Amino acid sequence: MSEPAIPEVTWTRKDLLGIADLSSEEIELILDTAEAFQAIAQRPIKKVPTLRGKTVLNLFFEPSTRTRSSFELAEKRLSADALNFSGSGSALSKGESLLDTARNLEAMAPDLVIIRHQHPGVPHLLADRLDSGVINAGDGAHEHPTQALLDAFTIRQHKKRLAGLKVTIVGDIEHSRVVRSNIHLLVKMGARVTVAGPRTMMPVAIEKLGVQVSYDFDEALTDADVVMMLRVQLERHGRSLFPSTREYFQVFGLTQARLARAKADAIVMHPGPMNRGVEIASAVADGETSVILEQVANGVAVRMAVLYLLSLAQQGKS
Amino acid sequence: MKHIVRGGRVVDPSQGIDARLDLLIEDGHVTRLEEHLEGAPEIDETDATGLVVTPGLIDIHVHLREPGFEYKETVATGLRSAAAGGFTAVACMANTQPVNDHRAVTELIINQARQCGYAKVYPIGAISKGLAGKELAEVGDMVKAGVVAISDDGLPVMNAALMRRALLYAQHYQVPVIQHAEDLDLTGDGVMHEGEWSTRLGLPGIPGVAEDVMVARDLLLSADTAGRYHVAHLSTGRSLAMVREAKRRGVAATCEVAPHHLLLTDQEVATSGFSTAMKMKPPLRSQSDVEALIEGLRDGTVDAIASDHAPHHPDEKDVQFSVAPFGILGLETTVSLCLDRLVGGGILELSRLVHLLSAGPASVLGLPGGSLAPGQAADITLLDLDREVTVRAESFGSKSRNTPFDGWQLRGAAVGTFLDGQPVHLGDA
Repeated sequence: MSEPAIPEVTWTRKDLLGIADLSSEEIELILDTAEAFQAIAQRPIKKVPTLRGKTVLNLFFEPSTRTRSSFELAEKRLSADALNFSGSGSALSKGESLLDTARNLEAMAPDLVIIRHQHPGVPHLLADRLDSGVINAGDGAHEHPTQALLDAFTIRQHKKRLAGLKVTIVGDIEHSRVVRSNIHLLVKMGARVTVAGPRTMMPVAIEKLGVQVSYDFDEALTDADVVMMLRVQLERHGRSLFPSTREYFQVFGLTQARLARAKADAIVMHPGPMNRGVEIASAVADGETSVILEQVANGVAVRMAVLYLLSLAQQGKS
Repeated sequence: MKHIVRGGRVVDPSQGIDARLDLLIEDGHVTRLEEHLEGAPEIDETDATGLVVTPGLIDIHVHLREPGFEYKETVATGLRSAAAGGFTAVACMANTQPVNDHRAVTELIINQARQCGYAKVYPIGAISKGLAGKELAEVGDMVKAGVVAISDDGLPVMNAALMRRALLYAQHYQVPVIQHAEDLDLTGDGVMHEGEWSTRLGLPGIPGVAEDVMVARDLLLSADTAGRYHVAHLSTGRSLAMVREAKRRGVAATCEVAPHHLLLTDQEVATSGFSTAMKMKPPLRSQSDVEALIEGLRDGTVDAIASDHAPHHPDEKDVQFSVAPFGILGLETTVSLCLDRLVGGGILELSRLVHLLSAGPASVLGLPGGSLAPGQAADITLLDLDREVTVRAESFGSKSRNTPFDGWQLRGAAVGTFLDGQPVHLGDA
């Protein structure tokens, strides 16, 4: 069985901070590289020595199960030495300034740092101060580049392309980093993106990012190739953004009846964790059109690709 | 004691003067302005050939941080910063620790200023005790001690009933009520202007309407009470339009704008890569707001340019954007920025700029100064319109370094000041 070859590498960036900075060629490079790594997951022994001797710090200031495990698994499969710091309970959460954290990390001289933080721009601050490569694993409502990449990878698997597809993203657009990274990626790759949700969860001027805005879920679903549902929190910082989960499900919950408006071969995605019965009906989440678990599986391959490309760029420099 | 400032271009909008004149100072006051004054051996002279001679510039919105936050700034370093920037007087806000809500703090600030002598200080007292927004502070006693206005700046007066009382009570002492116009509920956890750039960066936004609803409410209260109302650091086109319209109706309202709101937009937060030097309140607004404010400078709606000089320690600012304190320095950049970008950029006449930095602010707070008319205290600023300067935060007179303008190359600078007829020497820090 022939495996897809790892493409000729043209990656030069020290860090992966967001999709907004990337060219469509760089995005394709990551996706193509991920295909090669996905083949590894099919093998009986899923470990390769690619990052042997490299140290990777997983620095999660915000709770995360999916993304952190996915990165850890990617690191292990690449034979990197991984070190985990999580926000709660570590020195990192005890009032130490971010700059001091950065200095401490620098002293440990890791090759790569994976960072998740509740505040936008924190990965950029670290990238600026560290020689290590920095991968943004989610910064506030700003970006979550590896999520968008794994989403694109999943869409490509099913649709064989991104250009020309109608992708409808639904939910709390304002507070979602997943949305922003996905919009940047899909628009760059030529997809047509529609965002839908309540006005109280729609950020101002979102259309400037190159998307259609709809407040009518049914209209937004019409002829969609891909439907991406977002986790909804009805209350943020004590502010109620929607009257009730019951009303939310009535207006913006994805049911099978509603999904009939999308194309017959439409796929349903969710970055997780899901609120069943709030933004998505279980019948849809577990239905035939759902690719939600494939997204999770693909996340590992995409993150392996990103780790690999960044460490290769480091070798190029040394 | 006599002193002649010779050969300069005197620009004094308060008298409609823009001409090459000699200026005579006697006993700390301006006594004569003539085409040629005879010198004499006992008279000191300053050669102002090639320079512009203006009334001493006044910044009516600064934070000197003393007492309580001396690690950010002191009265002495703040006034040294003022003198270095060409200012002969500043009005300082009440959000110190303890708050300037009673006579003892007012007197402390005035005494500290007297000892350093770089520039004059006019303290602004708090509207409410402890800036808590509940009960009026001892306004009368503070005015007797030297306070020239009242403001809870840093915080708005959210309670409309308290604002109404303040506008009524301040009339006993003929001091204006200065509002930091911001509805805190609309601000929420916002850290930058709400618009395309907050959306792109995923940072919580502060909508322009958070300022506008407060200005609208206050203009109604000002009209209702006939109280003197002043909008601090006005930043939106809509607020400006409301002030313009209120003035037309005869409401006793004035407003100031800050240089950064005239020269930078919210996009800078992105292009600077989340620089905390771009974080202040009100936040950097949109291009259309900037254009509206500039129109307000030209048509007279804006009464003063004021810097909102807000020193913060590097340890406080060198953090992620979301947790950094709001505020930037202004005293040592305002004049060069305005000369280069506003006058040099063809937006404002020099005399209009001088007005907005002297007679304009003096009139807002009812301060002496802002004029070189015979009989006035000889507070004077010398400008060199051709001086090329590079902003260097590390050489500021201020204790702090938080400026978004570090490294900017500008044409035009203040090159000296006189305070009551005496040249101000900055010396070593």
